[in-house]
Amino acid sequence: MSSAIFEPGLNHFLVVSALLFSLGVMAVLSKRNVIMVLMGVELILNSANINLIAFSRFTELSLDGQMIGLFVIIIAAAEAAVALAIVLNVYNRFKTINLDEINLLKG
Amino acid sequence: MVENTLHSISLYLPEIVLVVTLCVIIVADLVLKNQKHASAWIMLGGLATAGIFVMLQAGTVESIFFGMAAVDPFATFFKVLLIFTGIFVVLFSMKNRELEGYSSRMGEYYMLFSGMMLGMLMMVGATNLLLMFLALEIASISSYVLAGFTKRSLRSSEAAMKYIIYGAVSSGVMLYGISLLIGVTAATDINAINEAIAAGVEQTMMLNISVLMILVGLGFKIAVVPFHFWAPDVYEGAPITIAALLAVASKIAAFAMLIRLFSVSFIDASGLSTTGTWSSVEGIHWGLLLGGMAALAMIVGNLAALRQDNIKRMLAYSSIAHAGYILMGLVIMSSEGLTSIMIYLFIYLFMNLGAFYVAMLFMNKAGTESIEEYKGLGHRAPLAGAALTIFLVSLTGLPPTGGFVAKLYIFGAAISGGWIWLAAIAGITTIISLFYYIRVVRNMYFFKPDEDAGRIEFDISSKVILFALLVPVLLTGLYFQPVLEFARNSMLMFGF
Repeated sequence: MSSAIFEPGLNHFLVVSALLFSLGVMAVLSKRNVIMVLMGVELILNSANINLIAFSRFTELSLDGQMIGLFVIIIAAAEAAVALAIVLNVYNRFKTINLDEINLLKG
Repeated sequence: MVENTLHSISLYLPEIVLVVTLCVIIVADLVLKNQKHASAWIMLGGLATAGIFVMLQAGTVESIFFGMAAVDPFATFFKVLLIFTGIFVVLFSMKNRELEGYSSRMGEYYMLFSGMMLGMLMMVGATNLLLMFLALEIASISSYVLAGFTKRSLRSSEAAMKYIIYGAVSSGVMLYGISLLIGVTAATDINAINEAIAAGVEQTMMLNISVLMILVGLGFKIAVVPFHFWAPDVYEGAPITIAALLAVASKIAAFAMLIRLFSVSFIDASGLSTTGTWSSVEGIHWGLLLGGMAALAMIVGNLAALRQDNIKRMLAYSSIAHAGYILMGLVIMSSEGLTSIMIYLFIYLFMNLGAFYVAMLFMNKAGTESIEEYKGLGHRAPLAGAALTIFLVSLTGLPPTGGFVAKLYIFGAAISGGWIWLAAIAGITTIISLFYYIRVVRNMYFFKPDEDAGRIEFDISSKVILFALLVPVLLTGLYFQPVLEFARNSMLMFGF
């Protein structure tokens, strides 16, 4: 019983990443502030990263998983930079970043 | 190892040319501040050069960069389509009055545009999940910025924000799916994944979830129901040239990637059969799932298009419906179905770009995107009106235009694959689509223009571009054998 806690295996990592993924999805679905939604996206990307690293440690995937993890970090940074620039521009136009109030396009 | 890499580089020239183009545009933007269309011409030159290199690769079947990407006729076909789209959209951009207020930033526009083209060309050839994801993100991140390029416009800003939020979430979900798939099969190469699945995977539940999650990301890219919510808003808000690019190029690239991933990874190792098999990934009836998505896309897209007044929004819903028709070819998962997808995309390129182009010309000259205000435009601009009529008739799928041939093949493939109910839905929704396409034509011709409204004249280069789009639409309706042969051969040599 106690050894299972002190020697984390693949399943522990997968559970953590699944929780993180769920939290990210929840943030995306429930938050109305664009910045909070983007933080949810970061959680989703990082949960995938935990998966990749865990798989590369515990399966015969070896370094491939870590390689992908590195690339994902770069992609996440690029995406966050572009997203923040776009949100800043939206704030300059609309004077709000509440998703419910930015609704010129509909129908 | 060095030889392999050098050989791979020689086969990756189209992509390298686009990278060089991107760099040259940045430098030229700094040096040639006052030349209005300098970066556009550089971009055209780069695309044409890349196109020549792609043509030279015709018939090559090779796996390059240690299995990261493939150069095969399948990829070549889609690369040709993408480069055609790119060239047309550059020409449109030079004519677009929306972008004129941003002339000092056009270097950035074309730089992002070439980045997007690079990403899409890489998507088409990628055979490794890492490269697939990277290529998808390269194409996506550039397109987020492009959608908000006219940044002083409220609608454009909103479109970019909606696009990046939907896009980031769906690519995040897709990445999570990829991580699970990689973990379950312990492989990143799509052939190795197929072998691992064929050898038997213990966690079938996880495998199913991972494929579903990957489908979310790709479904977003092709804008198929239920991942279509972004499309109407983004197409309406974005500059019309970018809307055309998203409706055509990004759909073509995503379909190529979807076909390659699904047909290599998740079907029997024996390869494509005539009837098609989905037996590798058990648990979910994949054909039924994709068929349901296609049916929903056809129904939702066509019904929602009926009550639109903005032409860009109407074309957005129509492109969702077309994604449904194209997806129908994938449901069958036979070489016949995939061939019909390729023919459909070839014709879809010209007719959809044409519709966007005429909408852009009308916006330049008459200053309206509203279909209600198209009244009498057919009398004021006879050539553009007639061209738009032909494009819309082709989008409906009536003879003697190319759209008829496209629909004929895809319906035929669905029926011979045994998906009668799907073909029936497609037929009924095609009839529904006639109403909203013809409404535009009725508004253009059945109303007299105002007394003081004069004729609308277009310069000669606008007319040349119009004919370059019009001729293939009409020609493929009568003579489409070369495209058919090319598509069939591509499927036969679908090596990787």
